[in-house]
Amino acid sequence: MRFQAASDQALLVYLGEEIGAAVHERVVRLLRLLQQEPIAWVRNIQPAYCSLLITFDAVAVDHAEVQAKLSEYETRAKKLPAAKARLVEVPVCYGGAFGPDLEEVAAQRGLSPEKVVELHIARTYHAYFLGFAPGFAYLGDLPDEIATPRLETPRKEVAAGSVGIAGRQTAVYPFATPGGWRLIGRTPLEMFRRDREPMGLIAIGDQVKFRPVTRAEFLAARRA
Amino acid sequence: MSLLVVESAGLQTTVQDFGREGFGALGVSASGAADAVALRLGNLLLENKAGTPALEMTLTGGTFLFPDGAVICLAGANFGAQVDGKALELWRPHAIMPGKRVVLGATRDFARCYLCVAGGIGVAEFLGSASTHLLSGLGGWEGRALRKGDVLPLGGLEKNIRRRKPRAGVLEQLKPEKTLRVTLGPQSDWFLEEAWRTMTSAEFMVSEDSNRMGLRLDGPRLAARGKAEMISEGTPLGAIQFTPSGQAIILFVEQQTTGGYPKIANVIGADLHCVGQLRPRDKIQFEEVSLVKARALWIEQQRLLGSEERLFA
Repeated sequence: MRFQAASDQALLVYLGEEIGAAVHERVVRLLRLLQQEPIAWVRNIQPAYCSLLITFDAVAVDHAEVQAKLSEYETRAKKLPAAKARLVEVPVCYGGAFGPDLEEVAAQRGLSPEKVVELHIARTYHAYFLGFAPGFAYLGDLPDEIATPRLETPRKEVAAGSVGIAGRQTAVYPFATPGGWRLIGRTPLEMFRRDREPMGLIAIGDQVKFRPVTRAEFLAARRA
Repeated sequence: MSLLVVESAGLQTTVQDFGREGFGALGVSASGAADAVALRLGNLLLENKAGTPALEMTLTGGTFLFPDGAVICLAGANFGAQVDGKALELWRPHAIMPGKRVVLGATRDFARCYLCVAGGIGVAEFLGSASTHLLSGLGGWEGRALRKGDVLPLGGLEKNIRRRKPRAGVLEQLKPEKTLRVTLGPQSDWFLEEAWRTMTSAEFMVSEDSNRMGLRLDGPRLAARGKAEMISEGTPLGAIQFTPSGQAIILFVEQQTTGGYPKIANVIGADLHCVGQLRPRDKIQFEEVSLVKARALWIEQQRLLGSEERLFA
């Protein structure tokens, strides 16, 4: 466990230095304990791969006090039972207008587009954290064979539901936003709905699997 | 119910309050007023609660008709507001008669002007806040900037206006500065020592390509040493990061909640409202302060802002 002041009102708590399930499990446990037993001066918690950024009320406490309290929480968090991971299935219509970069990803990696899809659906992904935009879940780890860097020039607008890959991560864009990930398909599901509880379809710690659907199935699901 | 009719919206006018902090785990950044100090003073001058939703205008204001009248206060930048050709003074409550319109123009000093209304702008809350989050189209008025023809409901508490005004010296003390005080960022040691000297001595210019998500800065291009790839982590409000091409960005109220660029410094809490008042082409500088000093400045500012006796005559 390592602490680093991030601003005059924020502290980074590192629970490891590499991306992986073990470190992430510690992040999720500490987050859970902080949610179960909220601390009055904690203003925001931003989990990520190996760390949590804690924003605090700097009138009430300073970094040293935050650090002491979080050390105590982490000791107890380690003893929490492992949470049962939810499995979330995401239907995806791959390629064509829905996945404009599928051919390019395939070409870059010397694979057929069908093989890229096969590899993308073969694995169950881990939801590391939500960031970028509401409901945007960073999923990993993508098979090495289809890992592809971000676009050099991000698109000004990516359609909601687009499934993208970037490095060894994959994600679904919940909203029409700018985006630099390579798009290989699209889901008909709404990833973030303010009238649903929880609002995000995918939450931190979930297991996520993609399932290929035809264009007709995609359109039918959209109408439903 | 009284109304506000948007006859022209201005460059980018959104409904804002103090934002929705605390939903980082959902990937939701706080949003909220870019200059929370101005929003607070504008509301308190009307005897509203400090975080009552108001209109945040950017660089150029709009024209707003009040068919039923209202009591308003303009706070922040001077957009040359008028009613019937008569100037409306900033930082003062004004009664707008039924059928009158408030006309605002281009800024004469800073970036953002707040139009606060007694009783507030009546929009539905999303995650406990009325603030607009433009990237995701959530919150505020239909999740977007206002357009001509929008008709917004006002909270409409009818009350008499007290002749409240800021005490002498208060506005001067809270005036947005162009020198931003910073503390060391979590990856400051990724940069060479001379990078820090450059950071705290050079002049940077706010780029046209700046918005509520972040302010891009033109100036010295500083790159982190080595080729180490950073693992994405949570990003604090006001973080100053450098992209691999050496572009500096100050992350702001509608920021991405996580990021993978090294953060060399962070604007202190007491100066965040200054960031909200920066205009494209403004020249700015950074000055290092310690965490202890930054915290003392924050506490001092919070005490002042929390004391109506010290703020208003």
